[in-house]
Amino acid sequence: MSRERPFVARQARQAGLLNCHICGQLSQAPAGGGFLRCPRCRAPLHMRKPASLATTWALVIAAAILYIPANLLPMMSTASLLGSQEDTIMSGVIFLWQSGSWPLAAVVFFASVMVPLLKIFALVYLAAAAQRRSRHRLIQRTRLYRMVEFVGRWSMLDIYVITILVALVKFQGLATIQAGPAAVAFGAVVVLTMFAAMSFDPRLIWDPAADSAPSLPDPDSDHA
Amino acid sequence: MLAPDAHPSLPAGLIACHECDLLQTEPVLAPGETARCARCGAFLARNPPDSVDRSLALSLAAAILYLIANIYPLVGLEMQGQRVEVTLAGALLILWRDGMQPVAALVGVTTLVFPLLELAMILVVLVPLRLGRVSPRLAPFFRLVRSVKPWGMVEVFLLGMLVSLVKLSHLADVILGAAFWAMAALIVVLTLAGRAFDSRLLWQTPVIENRP
Repeated sequence: MSRERPFVARQARQAGLLNCHICGQLSQAPAGGGFLRCPRCRAPLHMRKPASLATTWALVIAAAILYIPANLLPMMSTASLLGSQEDTIMSGVIFLWQSGSWPLAAVVFFASVMVPLLKIFALVYLAAAAQRRSRHRLIQRTRLYRMVEFVGRWSMLDIYVITILVALVKFQGLATIQAGPAAVAFGAVVVLTMFAAMSFDPRLIWDPAADSAPSLPDPDSDHA
Repeated sequence: MLAPDAHPSLPAGLIACHECDLLQTEPVLAPGETARCARCGAFLARNPPDSVDRSLALSLAAAILYLIANIYPLVGLEMQGQRVEVTLAGALLILWRDGMQPVAALVGVTTLVFPLLELAMILVVLVPLRLGRVSPRLAPFFRLVRSVKPWGMVEVFLLGMLVSLVKLSHLADVILGAAFWAMAALIVVLTLAGRAFDSRLLWQTPVIENRP
């Protein structure tokens, strides 16, 4: 898409307009402020998600702390006639790798180890850059945010694997598999990082740039 | 007692991007077209053809598939003529009794409760819409659909089942039950239903000034 006339970016916030996050209705922010509802769909209105950065920081830090027991403690313990064994997430990945199903080993490694870690780093970067009021890499940071939101759910994978393993092996009766304490920590990491991503307001990425310049350079140069 | 409403906006045809807050004019979309933010490329709106009919049909299909996915066994093992199978509820019950209540609750909420809630709320919104009753009373249900959606993770659960079956495949023959296939179809149908639905149809009524 090309534009002939010069592009002047203007944010709804600068025009004093509130954007309803449910129905997209714009409404004028009254001078008093306070608790507002969308005139069309009655959803609560905010100029920006309230306490966005503080909430994101708190949730990310909690997730980063829980990431440690999630990886060090056993995810499941197997007991059979041949003896008992405890598996962490990583040893489960190694087992899959050695049994020859390396595509699945790669999927589990990516979903359970890499995704939560990258998600924590990405959210720290996004929150820190927004807090510093950085005016760089706006498009890239927005894309990073979208990726974090999209990919987060897939780290639930290992929790579901345990659920089915425990149930099937119990019915079968030859051995027992039990979920370990890491499962609780891991579930908490997934839930906390999802909440952290939801509490981050991506419009905070764009606010400093909008405040510093009345008109931005043509954004098409960013796409190259 | 509610706080006073924000005033309805003055400029007509203006919308703001949800991700970068850029003000832009709402484009007129031909059927099948999608509008994206001029600055950050975020999704703005879609104009799917036959929106209400198609999304209602797909949602009803999804409801039937949801029932099948929860009644029949998902996966099973076969070993020396002996056959064991589990349903979703059965697997959750075992995990719960094993002392893993937090994990069982998390799995139950993300694979059973929230998908059901999402489906029910979609139908609550779509059926009156199909009957030609656009009402602001539908808005809270639509809001619920939006907030519940990220927590339904049936597609991740499906991949999790496959991984666990590969882990068990050296012990016994694995069986994919009727519910497994119903769940796979449910994911496809629910995604299509979401894509077919144009949420702007809900807001076609003029802004309500006086409420009872």
